[in-house]
Amino acid sequence: MRMTFTERFVDLAVSGFLWGFRILMVLVIVLGTFFTVRAGKYTGEQWIDFVVFGISQGAIYAMIALGYTMVYGILRMINFAHGDIFMTGAFAGYFTAVWLNSIGFVNANPVLGLIIPIVAAMIFSASIAMLVEKIAYRPLRNAPRLVPLIAAIGASFFIEYAFRGFFGPGKYAYPPIKVLEGDWVIFGINILKVQVVVAVAAFIMMGILYSIVKYTKVGKAMRAVSENKDTAALMGIDVNRIIVSTFAIGAAMAGAAGVLYALVYRQIDFFMGFTPGVKAFTAAVLGGIGNIPGAMVGGMVLGIFESVGPSLFLEGLGITRAYQLKDVIAYTMLVMILLFRPQGILGERLSKQKA
Amino acid sequence: MKRLFTLLSLVVLASMVLAACGGGAAAYECTDALGCVTIGPDEPVHIAYWGVLSGADGTLGEDSKRGVEIAIDDMGGKFHDHDILLTTEDAGCTPEGGATAASKLASDTSLVALVGSSCSDETVGGIAAITNAGLTTISPSNTRPALTDPSRGPDFAGYLRTAHSDAFQGKAVADFAYNVLGVRKAATIHDGSAYAQALQQVFADNFTALGGEIVAQEAVAKDATDMRPVLTSIAAKAPEFLYYPVFVAAGGYITAQVREIAGLEDVKLAGSDGIFTADFIKGAGPNVEGMYLSSPDFSAFPEGYKAFVEKHNAKYGGAPLSIFHAHAYDATGIIFAALEKVAVIADDGTINVPRKALRDAIFATKDYKGITGTLSCSASGDCGAPVIAVYEVVNSDPASWNPQDAANPNPKKVFP
Amino acid sequence: MKKENFLWNATKTGLLGGAIGIFLCLVGMVEIFNKRDVVEGVITLGQFVLLATFLSVGLAASRRTSNLLGQNQSRLSLISGLIAGLISGLLVILLVVIGNQVNLRAVFLNASPALYDLLTFKRSLSGIWILPVTGVITGLAGAAFLLLPEAVRRPVSRGVLFLIFMALFSGLFRVVLINQGTLWGVIAKGLFGQTGVTLIGAIFFFIVVVGLNVFWSSKGSNIQTTLNQLPQKRRAGLRIGLFVLIAIIALGLPQVSGPFIAQVIVIISLYILMGLGLNITLGFAGLLDLGFVAFYAVGAYTVGLLTSYGPFGLQHIPFWVAVPIAVLVAMAFGAFLGLPVLGVRGDYLAIATLGFGEIVRLLAGSDFLAPFFGGPQGVIGIQKPCLGILGTFLSVDTPRICNGIELGKPQDIYYVAVVAALLIAFVAWRLRESRLGRAWMAIREDEDVAEALGVNLVQTKLLAYILGAAFAGLGGAIFTVLIGSIFASSMQLLVSINVVALIIVGGMGSIPGVVVGAIALIGLPELLREVSEFRYLIYGLILIVMMQAKPEGLWPSQSTRRELHHADADNLTAETLV
Repeated sequence: MRMTFTERFVDLAVSGFLWGFRILMVLVIVLGTFFTVRAGKYTGEQWIDFVVFGISQGAIYAMIALGYTMVYGILRMINFAHGDIFMTGAFAGYFTAVWLNSIGFVNANPVLGLIIPIVAAMIFSASIAMLVEKIAYRPLRNAPRLVPLIAAIGASFFIEYAFRGFFGPGKYAYPPIKVLEGDWVIFGINILKVQVVVAVAAFIMMGILYSIVKYTKVGKAMRAVSENKDTAALMGIDVNRIIVSTFAIGAAMAGAAGVLYALVYRQIDFFMGFTPGVKAFTAAVLGGIGNIPGAMVGGMVLGIFESVGPSLFLEGLGITRAYQLKDVIAYTMLVMILLFRPQGILGERLSKQKA
Repeated sequence: MKRLFTLLSLVVLASMVLAACGGGAAAYECTDALGCVTIGPDEPVHIAYWGVLSGADGTLGEDSKRGVEIAIDDMGGKFHDHDILLTTEDAGCTPEGGATAASKLASDTSLVALVGSSCSDETVGGIAAITNAGLTTISPSNTRPALTDPSRGPDFAGYLRTAHSDAFQGKAVADFAYNVLGVRKAATIHDGSAYAQALQQVFADNFTALGGEIVAQEAVAKDATDMRPVLTSIAAKAPEFLYYPVFVAAGGYITAQVREIAGLEDVKLAGSDGIFTADFIKGAGPNVEGMYLSSPDFSAFPEGYKAFVEKHNAKYGGAPLSIFHAHAYDATGIIFAALEKVAVIADDGTINVPRKALRDAIFATKDYKGITGTLSCSASGDCGAPVIAVYEVVNSDPASWNPQDAANPNPKKVFP
Repeated sequence: MKKENFLWNATKTGLLGGAIGIFLCLVGMVEIFNKRDVVEGVITLGQFVLLATFLSVGLAASRRTSNLLGQNQSRLSLISGLIAGLISGLLVILLVVIGNQVNLRAVFLNASPALYDLLTFKRSLSGIWILPVTGVITGLAGAAFLLLPEAVRRPVSRGVLFLIFMALFSGLFRVVLINQGTLWGVIAKGLFGQTGVTLIGAIFFFIVVVGLNVFWSSKGSNIQTTLNQLPQKRRAGLRIGLFVLIAIIALGLPQVSGPFIAQVIVIISLYILMGLGLNITLGFAGLLDLGFVAFYAVGAYTVGLLTSYGPFGLQHIPFWVAVPIAVLVAMAFGAFLGLPVLGVRGDYLAIATLGFGEIVRLLAGSDFLAPFFGGPQGVIGIQKPCLGILGTFLSVDTPRICNGIELGKPQDIYYVAVVAALLIAFVAWRLRESRLGRAWMAIREDEDVAEALGVNLVQTKLLAYILGAAFAGLGGAIFTVLIGSIFASSMQLLVSINVVALIIVGGMGSIPGVVVGAIALIGLPELLREVSEFRYLIYGLILIVMMQAKPEGLWPSQSTRRELHHADADNLTAETLV
């Protein structure tokens, strides 16, 4: 088809713009890094600190991202309410921990005192997720794609503000865990005990999830349903049950992440799930949506970039108060991935269907 | 649905038509440039409190509102045999909320004067509507310096405040850091709010003028939770004093995480009235012990303040929620003192209040004996007696928070 | 067998109702709504909410029973309503009983003594029987209601609805009417209390509505036939008369009602403008843009910076010149933001655009760009529009003198906003009927097929973003002079979500739908503080419910309604095809 002048012009503009964007990003990264390293403001140890912070933050993003990626894989739907499920887990864990603290249980059994709130959070979040699925999503399984998305936004707001109604708009401080105070020295680096525990717990749980998906029957069924719902049904898989299980497992991960988050940052409130939710989705896309190892990788990468980025890139370019723009880095990464490698780092496991 | 709408339109149309026919003439000839408020013999004297009454900052507004309520109680709830009616408008601590609340108040012609707003943002959004409606408002807790700057513009003609300006607060903290603590290198963090950014800048300017060095001025997003990277960035500059005049959310995270950063184990921490509340102690954890907080100086308040606190405890079953209650009390007092001067009371009990005369009388307040000090209002609206103190947190248990306690105050005043 | 089933059904409904009742109590709605009266001195909104729950429970149980057992089992329907109401009431009062033993307040902030007092009508434990009994009575009433003939049901329900409406807005009506003069003042005080209608008012309104309903049902069809039989010219004349009436009301409203209502209408108009813009991007072209607030921000900042006399003002240009510039800048921004995401589909687009919106907000409020945009301190001192010549620029922080009419108050900006909204609605309407509009709808349905049919995807999508941005920019420009200042913290994601929600609720792709959505979702919370406390909770619920019940919105365009209700597809005729 012969293109008109306007069409050619616009096409050129688009390609020009995209190339310009690529070049700009590369310049920012390279020049910024160069100047920062040259200025030598931070010691090697501090850079390692940045990376460590990024890993522990990234582990939390990764756990939330798992839920997003699994639900998207099966239903092709962004579960907007997933970040709020993370928040509900944090609250459940908080009240459990406060209760355990008050009866002196935690001092007697520190390890159990950590695990029980996590388990409670997982159960609570999974229940809420299953409730939301039943009320808000299931009736909309066959609707055009925009409709469940809007319903998910509605569910997200409903959960957030219901919790605000129950627990108020203020922040709740997670009780301090004596066992977790202080540092450990690993390979000569000072790392906070809390961060190590959180990262290790996250990895263990993700490992368990990966094995479930890869080796168990339920996992196989999940993968089948995400490939093709109808064929899976023909194969005798109870699609409904699998979908509910997916929601439940993803939510359990997010709920556990909520407690881990509370351990690291100590303050929780009704709105805490919103930004981590968006960032976790970014992480899922980064790693390749529908891809479980991808979600983990994406989470780590995002966490590290957020932590290191402002110092490494922005400060070098003379941008003042660089940490105010931390989120800008995360969102820019998202845009870049969507522009230049939409299948994510580890490649999209889904066939490239029309969304 | 359609029928309801038609009915409604008919009601409005009818009222419009009759608007021309309506209107009663007052016996008193009102010659005031801004009009008068006529209060019939059985009608109450209507004042309103506008501020943030819900949400995370709700305690600030609620605390000031209580100050107004106690002031009304102390007047016997009456002004010249008329009941005093206090209504409230929630302005949500945003400029749009302030604008909406203000326009609602501006529509109510029975209002005599206002106490408010709580947040400076609300005033920025709403003051034009209030001034243009002929109303006057006294804020108990706005601290933004620009609001009472002589060059503030005609929109602010109806605005005064009994709170201090942050220009004084930042100066006091700089003074304390340089002269009392003896530090020479300071860093600041703000949370992107106009309040924090302005306040840390005032501190920075004053600290530098005294001869100190500001080694880093950083900022975080309001909802940021991971402060460690930004704190590491600050640690690289080796400050001795870290001032973060932010709100409870960011303040809690910074305080909880600061000691974990290599290089910041011994740095002195300071904040301001945004975190002068027990909620902050809850989130900050044990690190908050030894932290300095600036706030209006309660011990500089005259005797009347203690009586106020007792009344508050009796009426509300607890200590005040925030720190501007006394300022709200004084704001109410100033309004009624001015009202006393300009109100025209007829024989049958009708009160006529000329608006501009009231406004001028409020601005002309001199040597008013309030419970925050002896107050005089300047031409640009500053009525406050700006005495700022620096307090030190001595106990990280939120239940022990009681700055007004004579015996065991927590936090404890250390300057001046 | 069936009879046991019906008992179980009733119990289930009762349990659900009880759960809802407990939820409403714990989330704080009952307590906060209690501050507002429906009928002063008789019943508060909080109590009404609980009663409404029991009523619906009774109704639902009764309906289920009739479905199960057939229509003529009226006694059993009543019994099921009774049981459901009883169980709901018992469940809610269980909260008080438990609350007296266990300190629920440690977990649920609203499980306070004040709430318990409310639920037991201030009689503490001795009053716990009141609520279940109320539940029984209202459940019974709900069930009975279903059994009433339609002719009775409709007027009664309409009467109650109108009563609630009047009660919610009574404070507003009161102030407006009092301002009209002594006669109206007396009427106002008789009918409206400070927080709800008076008893007299309640009876009055109820009778009026019921009377109107009865009148309409008996004479209505006659009137309608008469109207239909009028000659064309007279009908056209009547229609014009109706328009003139509405125009008079619209023109005169701000003078009558004062600045507050004018302000609310300006805010609604702003959202209508944004809604019309997003309607193009999302409703016509199917591109879910969650960063829409960025365009509003661009329009607002452009006008703000150009017209401000404060320290950040650039050129101190008059408003009427600044607005077209702002729209152009917004359009450029729309292209700029649309370009990268042209190839991105579906849900990814939502997140990507969300990211853009956040990037704009963060950059605008950042210290890094503060010398240009004012940073956290924002841009203040924005000059009001002037119908005349602006005097020369004097100095920073001094407004320029307007030699003419200055549109300073909300009542004045109201006219600008309404005119803009009407203008843009017209433009949107013409766009929809144009070739471009059809190209958009083709893209929304299926991008690849559209491309195969010759639609230039890149251009069409870009134009969707550009025009959507233009409308939003205009809205931002007008809103900014209303408030007189801009702060980056106002450009939140919540604004974008508000706009998406109002389009969905009103009807995607439908222009009257945008207006309905804006009035419902934006106007109501502005006017009702109590509602605004639970605004997003109600939003969330509305979105979920609407997606299941009426996904095409409240006032949908024909094509959307057909698309979403497959059953109607069989009834296509030549006229119904768009």
